[in-house]
Amino acid sequence: MTEVSTSSATGEGVEGIREVSRRFPESEHGHLEDLRDDPIDLLHRVRDECGDIGRFRLADRDVVLVTGAGTNEAFFRAPDDILDQAAAYPFMTPIFGTGVVFDTSPEQRSEGLKNQALKGEMMRGHASTIENEINRMVADWGDEGEIDLLDFFAELTIYTTSACLIGKPFREELDSRFADYYHELERGTDALAYVDPYMKGVESFEIRDAARVKLVELVQGIIDKRHARGTVAREDRDLLDVLISIKAEDGSDHFSAHIITGMFISMMFAGHHTSSGTAAWTLIELLRHPEVMAEIVAELDDLYADGPEGRVEVSFQALRSIPNLEAALKETLRLHPPLILLLRVAQEEFEIGGHLLPAGTMVGSSPRVSNRIAEDFPDPDAFDPGRYLDPNQADLQNRWTWIPFGAGKHRCVGNAFAMMQLKAIFSVLLRDYTFEMTQPSETYRDDTSKMVIQLARPATVRYRRRTP
Amino acid sequence: MNVAADLELCQGHQMCQFEAPSVFGLDSEEDKVIVLDTNPGEDLREQVQRAVKYCPAMALSLED
Repeated sequence: MTEVSTSSATGEGVEGIREVSRRFPESEHGHLEDLRDDPIDLLHRVRDECGDIGRFRLADRDVVLVTGAGTNEAFFRAPDDILDQAAAYPFMTPIFGTGVVFDTSPEQRSEGLKNQALKGEMMRGHASTIENEINRMVADWGDEGEIDLLDFFAELTIYTTSACLIGKPFREELDSRFADYYHELERGTDALAYVDPYMKGVESFEIRDAARVKLVELVQGIIDKRHARGTVAREDRDLLDVLISIKAEDGSDHFSAHIITGMFISMMFAGHHTSSGTAAWTLIELLRHPEVMAEIVAELDDLYADGPEGRVEVSFQALRSIPNLEAALKETLRLHPPLILLLRVAQEEFEIGGHLLPAGTMVGSSPRVSNRIAEDFPDPDAFDPGRYLDPNQADLQNRWTWIPFGAGKHRCVGNAFAMMQLKAIFSVLLRDYTFEMTQPSETYRDDTSKMVIQLARPATVRYRRRTP
Repeated sequence: MNVAADLELCQGHQMCQFEAPSVFGLDSEEDKVIVLDTNPGEDLREQVQRAVKYCPAMALSLED
């Protein structure tokens, strides 16, 4: 690989790649303050100033950022032993806990999917689990009221991800405390972690570490109850029962609550803030575009109308085509991708865009920037679900730049689960309620001060039960 | 129409088998798709289009 690429590379390694301007030239950590202050501006600036391949400095490392289709494809097709994810996200280690994730090889990680809960055949059960969780969340809504979008969708997706990935008995032990602590973990993803993930005096890191301790306590409490209860029939067991049934030689539990909590945090992480944020942004975009909302409500009313054999179940329909709703979800994902920067670390010399990068270089691709390339998505800042309706299919036509789920080998394995979940959520919400904004449209925005982006507060909406 | 699968991208979700069972199968050893019929008849077009559209790995393509 390197021999071939040396001959085709024209630039002189990293120095041949243009470095983006700095808004904080006095910072000792390169573009770290740019990234912490306004990451979206930084990432767009790289493409504006440098083109398909540019560069910024993060603490003591170079980050080479690629955006267009050609360089994105090279990035996403690179094998794990060339571009590895493990070392690229130091802010995750204190959240998962040491000795938990990313200690496995790429082979073990891909093996995971084979036995996992995300396979097509598992989706039917998940769809009915999710429908049930949404119904529980709205059960005490009454005829009208107000919700905080972040609180509501973050709590809902804690219940859906835990029920589907860990098991229903475990989910039944959870309440809003678990969602609150989990949120505090997500808030602990300050890019300062690129200097030191355990830096002293950083409040969000202190809150993060305290939240993890509280989560371990909750899980320990659940484990203690399971031990006191004793074993149950096989069909009533969940993943926690399986994990605590594994014993060390002295008869004690092989996995500590620390390790089990870390496993659960990591299993839920990819599906939590991502789905929660996308659900919130979909509702906001539909409220900003009443004509699109009206089309989708009509589409859902039609699909869920009483037929000769009764009403179609949400859990059935969410697995099937709902074209207008799907298009709106895709357009929301394009404009508001939950992850704006995907990173890898080159394990050996790596050629991309005509430049030869030395081992140790960080390489990134930005869904936020690629999703808005005007050549691929005309009028890129406009919310236009029509882009996806047959025969346009802007997502399939732009496989290397329509990348809210990433692309290539590591394209989000949960994307079918995520789309099904979002279809189920909006099937229930829009069938039974109407919504309106409680604040000026432009005040709904993201808080981008952490690597995990979340809706900035306040972000509330009003609901009213629909009358037949 | 021509159906192709990019095995480098396939993640073994098996959604395509659900959409178009006569066109797509599974290599259970590799946990990857097998295209059983690379030139399916027109009557299967809708099924194949759905398989391409809903492939979670965007690994399938259809050319006329």
